[in-house]
Amino acid sequence: MHGSAAPALLFALLLIALVVATVYLFAARRYAAPPPITSTAAQVAHQFNLTLYVMGAVFILAQFALAFAVFRFRDRGQRPRFSRGNVALEIFWMCAAFAIFIGLAIAGQHAWAEVQFTPAQPNAIQIEATTSQFVYTFRYPGPDGKFGMLHPRFVDAPAGNPLGIDPNDPAGRDDIVVPTLTVPVNRQVELLLRSQDVVHNFFVRELRIQQDAVPGMLIPIHFTPTRIGKYDIVCTQLCGLGHQTMHSFLNVVSEGDYEAFLARQEAQQ
Amino acid sequence: MSSAPQIRRAAAETPRSFWRRYIFSTDHKIVGLQYFFLALAAVTVGIVLSLLMRFHLVWPLAHLPLVRGGIMTPEQYLALMTMHGTLMIFFVLTLAPQNGFGNYFLPIQIGAPEMAFPRLNSISFWLTLGAFLVMIAAFLVPGGAPISGWTAYPPLSALGEVAGPGEGAGQTLWIVSILIFCIASLLSSANFIATVIDMRAPGMTLTRMPLPVWAWFVTSILILLSFAVLLASGVLLLFDRSAGTSFFVPADLVVNGQIQNHAGGSPLLWQHLFWFFGHPEVYIAILPGMGVVSHVLANFSRKPVFGYRAMAFTLCAIGFLGFFLWGHHMFVSGMSPYSSVAFSVLTMSIGVPSAVKTFNWLGTLWGGRIQFQTPMLFAMGFISLFVTGGISGIFLAQPALDSVLHATYYVVAHIHFVMGLAAIFGIFAATYYWFPKMFGRLMSEPLGKLHFWLTFAGVYCIFMPMHFVGTAGGIRRYADATGAAYLAALQPLHRFMTYAAFLTAAAQLIFFWNFFRSLRSGVRASVNPWNATTLEWTTASPPPIDNFAGEIPTVYRGPYEYSVPGASADFIPQNLPLGREGDSTNG
Repeated sequence: MHGSAAPALLFALLLIALVVATVYLFAARRYAAPPPITSTAAQVAHQFNLTLYVMGAVFILAQFALAFAVFRFRDRGQRPRFSRGNVALEIFWMCAAFAIFIGLAIAGQHAWAEVQFTPAQPNAIQIEATTSQFVYTFRYPGPDGKFGMLHPRFVDAPAGNPLGIDPNDPAGRDDIVVPTLTVPVNRQVELLLRSQDVVHNFFVRELRIQQDAVPGMLIPIHFTPTRIGKYDIVCTQLCGLGHQTMHSFLNVVSEGDYEAFLARQEAQQ
Repeated sequence: MSSAPQIRRAAAETPRSFWRRYIFSTDHKIVGLQYFFLALAAVTVGIVLSLLMRFHLVWPLAHLPLVRGGIMTPEQYLALMTMHGTLMIFFVLTLAPQNGFGNYFLPIQIGAPEMAFPRLNSISFWLTLGAFLVMIAAFLVPGGAPISGWTAYPPLSALGEVAGPGEGAGQTLWIVSILIFCIASLLSSANFIATVIDMRAPGMTLTRMPLPVWAWFVTSILILLSFAVLLASGVLLLFDRSAGTSFFVPADLVVNGQIQNHAGGSPLLWQHLFWFFGHPEVYIAILPGMGVVSHVLANFSRKPVFGYRAMAFTLCAIGFLGFFLWGHHMFVSGMSPYSSVAFSVLTMSIGVPSAVKTFNWLGTLWGGRIQFQTPMLFAMGFISLFVTGGISGIFLAQPALDSVLHATYYVVAHIHFVMGLAAIFGIFAATYYWFPKMFGRLMSEPLGKLHFWLTFAGVYCIFMPMHFVGTAGGIRRYADATGAAYLAALQPLHRFMTYAAFLTAAAQLIFFWNFFRSLRSGVRASVNPWNATTLEWTTASPPPIDNFAGEIPTVYRGPYEYSVPGASADFIPQNLPLGREGDSTNG
């Protein structure tokens, strides 16, 4: 009662089509992450490619092995090869999987450690980023180099104090508060992330950095952009009905343009 | 607990009234079917919600049926998304494979006349139905369903209406529903564990248990340990919302210009507790599917499962390791980056038993005589989908790469492949495989095959492009692409996925048609239509109320004795006494 070869063939062809389409789309890079703009982002991109090559090979092999087995061993009236398993082979498979997965895990820690385990340099430019439904607000300490105290009772966005800077604190009088993030190229920036209401996120694709902003926590991240340009900042943590509109820009500018930006803002405060 | 003879006596008396027989029944088979049909109702709602979402993502300004006001608002989109995830994960992927098929077939596969606690079983179902009704009611209250996603991260989920529409009564009903669901799941998992330990027929040693039984057993332990934590954290969240406590809400919050009266809580605490449940939940959804797939592959390859002991062991290993990975959902949460390294390596290590399972499934096919009945097609499709989903997991398990892929469509692709699609294919394999036993009739093979081909190709067309949307930075849980300019460039992929989603959903109508038509007019099934070995295929289709018509079977051999050299048939039932394999009358 053996059946036709059609289902085996169709199944195998579908898997081959899947593999070909997937490999083509990854190779064509029509939909891919933009080029990295920091050295750590470049490391992350490198690790992504390494994982893509290794796991891409595993993907191709596994899908082809399935396609081959299904087609080769379709019912043609043959007698099945009786086998309950093969312990040596199973141990070999296990060790191979272990080596690949743990190897990738260890290789991937370099990029992570570089950005996460080392604190920012002491001369890094400190900027505070505050998230709230559904805006980013960035604060520069101003000429005195110090951030003014914040208190929720002073929060009044319509009156121009969205962060609640204490009007009685002299350190706060020269703070620069802006809705977009402007930084100089080739200087390390330390961003201090905080949130006023719910959990938000700070994501810039070109930095390969994604970090939640959590109310009650002050989370520092640091990066050194090496390419002038305007990059999107988006929120990736579901924060309410305006989540998809929460958006700002990272402007990486020359040292001269950065000084001009600060001077312009200081004149306005 | 009742002793086996007592249960046998009670079970032998088939209740006569319709209500006692089919509605308030303690028969594990009826309870299993009740769970199955509840999951079928939930999956129908879940699919409709996902179609509305897919439609909105591509045509945001079109008028839609079922949507208040005609044009979908962002908060309505988020409500649909929250309810889609919740219904699918809790009421479909948790219920159908475990409580549906597990209830029906676990006792029969181990040769028991009933579950250990039949009344508890029935209570679990009715609580679950209550949870479902409470969940659906969230759509109907002022403000609508919650918008905080199935993960319900506080403070968004803890602050009430001030945080957004749906965060009032809708979110409260959501939590209450989940709490009821947790209680029901705890009761039923204790029942499953007791049944496996206590109710096995003579000769049914642990290493003779069919692999679905192993999977249901391990899954029950996962449910018992993880839903207990979700229950506790859900109570705390409810307190934060309604009793003025601050477990998850810190001080100094200003929401919509209003200072919140909370202090001392931690949003990360909820994430740890939730994912301590949430990660094992992935395995709760997929392990029963793995068991069923192993079972079906052996049956239709006419070969023993390759490495039975390794298959049982890896089910346990995945279940055990599954409790130590929850932090990989929190790489970008603000948790210590050092713990990310530990969670990353642990996460990679669970890939090892998963890979061993995949190899052994291929080993089962290798050298077989593969028959292409519909259940087998879905089981083979499961392998392909599970491989695809597992491979994207190797990217996400690395914190450095997760910093790019987190909360993008890449994650949506990953979860749908490994948890959604693979588990659904497991459910389809189980449905086509066991339908003749449950209803005494066969489903149509041509319709089943058509359903498989369209669904298999369809789900790849829906979810494979999400990997590319995700690597390009397409953010999930966005109601539209208005945020950043680069998102608009991804719309062609979204359009393709939406077309594929509608076609694939339409293909499910073939399944529904086949299912309900076969219930009434399918070809009558014999006792053992697939020439299978396990105990459910030794009793009538459908089985009598006490499963084996007053007898308790005795088990003499392992569950996958296919094509044994020297035997007269190419399968040997588990209850065939030793030495009788050569008889020409067996089976």
